[in-house]
Amino acid sequence: MIVRFTLNGRPREVETEPHRTLLDVLRDTLGQLEAKEGCAEGACGACTVLLDGRPASSCLTLVPLVEGRRVTTVRGLERDGRLHPLQESFVAHGAVQCGFCTPGVLLTALWYVEKNPGADREQIRQALGGNLCRCTGYTKIVDAIEAWSRRATAEAGP
Amino acid sequence: MIPFEYHAPATVGDAVAMLAARDGAKLLAGGQSLVPALTYRLARPGVLVDINALPLADVVRTNGHVRLGALVRHHVLEESPDVRRWCPLLAEAVAYVGNARVRTLGTLGGSLAHADPAAELPVAMVALDARFAAVGAAGSREIPAGEFFRAPLTTALAADEILTAVDVPVTRGAGTAFVELARRPGDFPLVSVAAVVAVDRAGRVADARVVFGGLAGAPQRSAPAEDALRGHEPTPERIAAAAHAARRALRPETDVFASGAYRAHLAEVLARRALRTATNRALTVEVR
Ligand SMILES: Cc1cc2nc3c(=O)[nH]c(=O)nc-3n(C[C@H](O)[C@H](O)[C@H](O)COP(=O)(O)OP(=O)(O)OC[C@H]3O[C@@H](n4cnc5c(N)ncnc54)[C@H](O)[C@@H]3O)c2cc1C
Ligand code: FES
Ligand code: FES
Repeated sequence: MIVRFTLNGRPREVETEPHRTLLDVLRDTLGQLEAKEGCAEGACGACTVLLDGRPASSCLTLVPLVEGRRVTTVRGLERDGRLHPLQESFVAHGAVQCGFCTPGVLLTALWYVEKNPGADREQIRQALGGNLCRCTGYTKIVDAIEAWSRRATAEAGP
Repeated sequence: MIPFEYHAPATVGDAVAMLAARDGAKLLAGGQSLVPALTYRLARPGVLVDINALPLADVVRTNGHVRLGALVRHHVLEESPDVRRWCPLLAEAVAYVGNARVRTLGTLGGSLAHADPAAELPVAMVALDARFAAVGAAGSREIPAGEFFRAPLTTALAADEILTAVDVPVTRGAGTAFVELARRPGDFPLVSVAAVVAVDRAGRVADARVVFGGLAGAPQRSAPAEDALRGHEPTPERIAAAAHAARRALRPETDVFASGAYRAHLAEVLARRALRTATNRALTVEVR
C-alpha cells in the first residue's frame, strides 16, 4: 500500500505494508534513525514522535494510521541548521548521556511545556512519566527542561 | 508481526459486514492494546478492519446525557469541556490511563471492548450507569454497562458486533471521584474506585454508587457500601463504615502483582478517599 504523510514539514510517500509500524517505516524504509526502539510495547518512550503535534509511540502506530497526518521527529526541532533552545538547554545542563531516550524526552517535553507554559518541576516529572532514561537519573533532564520553560515564559512576557 | 489483510471501511455497515464475513477478522481502533498483541503474535488475525475512518469520534450533549462515540480518543475525554462539566468522573479516570502517548491514540471503545480487568474506564462507566450501543449483523442493541463486562478481556459483544457509542447520564447535582493506586504512574492500577454520591436537601445521601476495579475479572459494584450510605448523613464515620462494609464483602484474588489481602486493604482505604472526595464535591455542587 502507499501511505502519504508529512515528515518534519516535508511531504513523504512510502510504499509499505499495513502490518508495518511507523517506527519500522521511519527506520527501515526512510532511514531516519532518530526514533529508537526500546520496548516495542508503548512503555519506554524511546520511539516517541509527535503525531499532529501530540506525542505518540511510533512502535504502536500501524502505518496506515498516519495517512494524511503530520509526523515530527527530533530532527524537526532544528531551525536553519541550529538546535532548538530546548536542545541547547539539554547541552548546557549535561542532560544527555547515552542519548537513547533523548529524542523522545525532547519531543514530549516540547509538547508539554508549549501546552503548559511555565510548568514547574513536579509537572515536568509527571509529564515525563512515560519516558524512561536508564542513564541520567532524570535530575539533569528536569533541570534542562525547567530552565528552558522559565526562559521561554520570561521571554514571552507577562 | 504476521502480515494480515487490511481494510478501512467508511461506514459501520461495511465494517460489520467485513467482521461477519470473515472468521478471525479483528477491529483496529487506536491499536494501543492490539498492536502489542500483534507484535508478540498473541493475536494473529487474518483480516484487520480499521475503524478509524468511521464517523464515531463525536462528543454530543443531549438531553440529560452525553453521547460519546467509540472513537473518542482518551485525550479528548480528558480535555473535552462537555465531559469535564457533565461527567467529570470520566475526565478524572482517563487521566490515569497509561502515558500521554497511549492517550493520543487509544480510544474509549477500544478500552471498553478490550475489557482489561484493571482498566479505569469500565469501572467509571459502571459507576455512571452508562449504556453501550452496539451494531452487529443481527441489528443494533443497547447494553447496560453493568451487564457488558463479563470476565477478563471478555464482554457481552458478539464476534460480529461493533461498539459504536456510549450514553452517559450527566451527574449534575451529584459528586463523583475516581482514585487508584498503581505501582508506577501510567501502570494499570492494583485497585481503583469510582464513587458517585448525591446528597438531598436534608443533607442525607440520596443515592450512592461505589465500584471497584482490579479486584476481579470485571468491575465490582459494592451494594454493602452503597446501602451503608443511602439515607444517612455522609459523616466521616459513616463513610469509614461504608468503606469497611465494602471490604468485608470482597474476596480479591492473589496474583503476581499483589496479594488478595493487600488488595482488600487498598480497596477500603481508596473507597474511603473516593467517598470523601465525592461527598465534598456533592456538597459544593449543592451550593452552586
Ligand atoms: C504502555 C501502555 C499503558 C497502558 N496503560 C493503561 C492503563 O493504565 N489503563 C487502561 O485502561 N489502559 C491502559 N492501556 C491500554 C489503552 O487504554 C488502550 O488504548 C485501550 O485498552 C485500547 O484502546 P485502543 O483504541 O487502542 O484499541 P485497540 O488496541 O485498537 O483494540 C483493542 C481491542 O478492542 C477491539 N475494539 C476496538 N474498538 C472496538 C469497537 N469500537 N467495538 C468492538 N471492538 C473494538 C479490538 O478489536 C481489539 O480487540 C495501556 C496501553 C499501553 C500501550
Ligand atoms: S519502543 Fe515504543 S514506547 Fe518503547
Ligand atoms: S541518556 Fe541514556 S537512556 Fe537516557
